[in-house]
Amino acid sequence: MHELSIARSIIGAVHEEASRQGATSVLELELVVGPLSGVEIPSLEFGLQVLSRGSVLEHAALHITSPKAEGRCLDCATCFGLEFHYAECPSCGSFRTEVLSGRELKISSIVIE
Amino acid sequence: MCDTCGCSSEGGAVLRRPGSEGWHVHLHDGNHGHHHHEHDGHGHHNHHDAHDHHGHQHDTREGQRVVMEQDVLLQNNLLAERNRGWFEGRGVLALNLLSSPGSGKTTLLEKTIPWLGDDCPAAVIEGDQQTMRDAERIDALGVPVIQVNTGTGCHLDAAMVGRAAKEMELPRGAVLFIENVGNLVCPALFDLGEAMKIVIISVTEGDDKPLKYPTMFQEADICILNKTDLLPYVAFDVERCKENAMKVNHRLGWFEVSAATGEGMEAWIAWLHQQIEAQKA
Repeated sequence: MHELSIARSIIGAVHEEASRQGATSVLELELVVGPLSGVEIPSLEFGLQVLSRGSVLEHAALHITSPKAEGRCLDCATCFGLEFHYAECPSCGSFRTEVLSGRELKISSIVIE
Repeated sequence: MCDTCGCSSEGGAVLRRPGSEGWHVHLHDGNHGHHHHEHDGHGHHNHHDAHDHHGHQHDTREGQRVVMEQDVLLQNNLLAERNRGWFEGRGVLALNLLSSPGSGKTTLLEKTIPWLGDDCPAAVIEGDQQTMRDAERIDALGVPVIQVNTGTGCHLDAAMVGRAAKEMELPRGAVLFIENVGNLVCPALFDLGEAMKIVIISVTEGDDKPLKYPTMFQEADICILNKTDLLPYVAFDVERCKENAMKVNHRLGWFEVSAATGEGMEAWIAWLHQQIEAQKA
């Protein structure tokens, strides 16, 4: 599935940065994967494990944080936590929700040797 | 190994054109095409230097932490923006058609394109894992078409679309339909540089589809409900489906059509004409 494609992009980006820094090995990889990013974390972990063999990331420890998703009601401006792409506003019951956070998919940092 | 040219084609997409035996372009992982039997490639996307970021470092006991704060889909998104600029510069309206396999994307195009008229030239990029079947159907309409075979890939990406677009004659003011690989999950994540995402579902798929695939419905700008001619034969509640779609994305435009019988097509075509005119302006 697309988690392999995503894993490949991550490894490519980290490889580029590591080369830029003159590093031959990455010790840690820190990712942020929001609950609404469309990416399944266990699949991504598997993809990274498989694809990182033989790369600078081969021995890197993986840390993935998943921040809480938050939305705002467009009718009454109440902000509330989101579990899903759609939600009923706890204040006025409207479904017109704007997603404020939770869609992140990024590489926070790496630790290089 | 590629049967036609003998090169190693592991993992990459392949572009083909109906009626051009032997012509094909391999897109390898770095998304640099290599190219057979025709004119020179139009240059490779030089995305490695497209942006500059300076990681800042501080030592930890085992090594140095380099802060990246980099969007994972950056490479694809940068290419997508290049595509977007390229389309806008030519007044081309690029539409990304998304759906499950079998909802009627190709049939909808077969029925839509003849209605556009001579002042609205059309072109199509077809995405499938294998075969040129869909591209051949479009080719029969006499419009430019490129088939992208993704092999094991489950979605089109910006590199594939950028390369395919440059291999076609795309007149100014054209509408470019990009028929994505049939898949309601992965293509939602990959910006192609389109002006709009159009999700197509059919009445044989269940009226709770939008709730089950919210990422796709939230990303889409327009939803077309197809195969309305089959409504008498299936337990599908149109109003409930529309309600579900609006719950996930209240901004969604909505059309109900039967590509097979022509029902509802006038409103869809009229909207298309409007968008094409707006893009030209």
